[in-house]
Amino acid sequence: MAPRTLFAKIWDAHSVAEQEDGTTLLYIDRHLIHEVTSPQAFAGLRASGRRVRAPQATLAVPDHNVPTTERAAGIAGITDPESRLQVEALAANCAEFAIPHIAMEDLRQGIVHVVGPEQGLTQPGMTIVCGDSHTSTHGAFGALAFGIGTSEVEHVLATQTLPQRKPRSLRISLTGTPPAGTTAKDLILHLIGAIGTAGGTGAVIEYAGEAIRALSMAGRMTVCNMSIEAGARAGLIAPDAKTYSFLEGKPLAPKESDWQAALAYWQSLASDAGATYDQEIVLAADEIAPQVTWGTSPEEVVAVTGRVPDPKAARDAAQEQTWQASLDYMGLEAGQAMTEIKIDRAFIGSCTNGRLEDLRAAAAVAKGRKVASHVSALVVPGSGLVRQAAEAEGLDKVFKDAGFEWRDPGCSMCLAMNADKLARGERCASTSNRNFRGRQGPGGRTHLMSPEMAAAAAIAGAISDARKFL
Amino acid sequence: MKPFKELTSCAASLPRDNVDTDAIIPARFLKTIARAGLGAGLFADLRRNPDGAATDFVLNQPPFDKAEILIAGANFGCGSSREHAPWALLDFGIRCVVAASFADIFRNNCFANGILPIAIEDAATLAALHQAAERGEEVSVSLPDKQLRFGNHTYAFAIEDGRREALLEGRDAIATTLSRENEIAAFETRRAQAQPWLN
Repeated sequence: MAPRTLFAKIWDAHSVAEQEDGTTLLYIDRHLIHEVTSPQAFAGLRASGRRVRAPQATLAVPDHNVPTTERAAGIAGITDPESRLQVEALAANCAEFAIPHIAMEDLRQGIVHVVGPEQGLTQPGMTIVCGDSHTSTHGAFGALAFGIGTSEVEHVLATQTLPQRKPRSLRISLTGTPPAGTTAKDLILHLIGAIGTAGGTGAVIEYAGEAIRALSMAGRMTVCNMSIEAGARAGLIAPDAKTYSFLEGKPLAPKESDWQAALAYWQSLASDAGATYDQEIVLAADEIAPQVTWGTSPEEVVAVTGRVPDPKAARDAAQEQTWQASLDYMGLEAGQAMTEIKIDRAFIGSCTNGRLEDLRAAAAVAKGRKVASHVSALVVPGSGLVRQAAEAEGLDKVFKDAGFEWRDPGCSMCLAMNADKLARGERCASTSNRNFRGRQGPGGRTHLMSPEMAAAAAIAGAISDARKFL
Repeated sequence: MKPFKELTSCAASLPRDNVDTDAIIPARFLKTIARAGLGAGLFADLRRNPDGAATDFVLNQPPFDKAEILIAGANFGCGSSREHAPWALLDFGIRCVVAASFADIFRNNCFANGILPIAIEDAATLAALHQAAERGEEVSVSLPDKQLRFGNHTYAFAIEDGRREALLEGRDAIATTLSRENEIAAFETRRAQAQPWLN
């Protein structure tokens, strides 16, 4: 057989049928659902009298609408009636269709893309979908994982398959060793700056190179998570010893003889030597400094040591106009040093950076220091288990002593859907994934960065080079 | 799903790149368990000032408040996978979006809802279309002929055959897939033997 890529191996192994219209009917191994993008899918099933084909291959958890305070009252404690209705609807739909559901009160509740890997649901070689674009996160385990719309959620519930046209393959190699203080978030932000938010359109990205292999599983998840911000359908990293060691013993991971069989299969998944890609990009990681976005698109990013760019230096008139509009919205001046930009809020959390390792990194900066008096700062663990583990290490105390608020798990201030949001004009140092206009609240201004950098910004009261705090 | 065949309408010009789905419909409008009624949230932060007053955004201005065609720049619909974006467009009355290019998930979501996404890679044609739209000229789209016409321009657009047929018939994709139920079941049997840990 000709050499194949990791992506091709997973694709081929899940083809139920090659269809006349050129699509492949792709089998879906695991389906994650949350409360925002599933209610209309269940309504569709009900209207057409269809059943859920594989309830046990599905896992539901509420995250987008879940409040991060006052959780003792459970669902009844959600003050927004519309948010409460969505969380209630998820529970009722799961009960009706016999779908495993991690309820809001469950210790395991959290952001769906933190919960999946944490429970061992996410495994190499799988196809995984969810009605959420950040499903790409699960690619860190060598699973083909991508976000879908609600009609497709209904399709997967009813058939456990999706008709898909095969995406193109794009290998991005990050070579060399990043400098100390450069994190996975900096690598992916830099990469998006280099290839643009449409650079990966139509593609499944396979991340490769020493800088990727050196990342922990948490770091790999951060990189794969933001594949969608590069426009890609999915991001993939070949599984290795770190992947297996992460999964071993997790509740939903294979056990005993199954574990041995699974391990043998997983070890066969890496791209073959000589496999070819539709496109290849090589980026040197050796000189990537901590990154911060300055504009309203994730590609509008510079090193923290840099300056706000001058629209006059844009490549063409259209980009000049876009950059100027971004500066106007963000309330910034061309040429301003990034470290002169004062912030009002800091947000540490999200499916991009809400895992234990992220909280440890932020706590290392916060330890023994104080949040600037004009800044309000939130730390929101990605799941109840992350929160519990962080508390066992005393991270909650480090944050609280420094003046950060220590919250309950959820999507929180990533998307302005629950109570956590920016007020108009407020500027936030955020570890989330999107700096779109209004993403964190109408009129809010978002600067994306790593957990270390967000903690440093909270303490300094302005965007800061976290390397000076370590 | 309502079939899509032909459409003639004035077209709203939104000459911007990277219009994201948070802009098309902000997250605070996603707190619904229904598909209908989302038009009120369409481009909410561009159509309304903070005080609630209407802006001069193109969809607020007659005749474009009745436009069934929206014309944009590159990478339209990037960001969140929310299908509420095409639902909001549809609820407002938009049946066709023309852009230099589309984000993948948004494009899939359009087809699932009877909205025709047309990519025009040729910059000069797209610029001429924006100008014609701004003048309030009518734009015609024929899916059977795969043509978009305005003024004296005729543009032949590309679309996958399967997508085109599904739109023309308003076909239920789930019913089509379920006609292969035997093959799905056979796949599941094979997988249960080869990869028992997935059961």
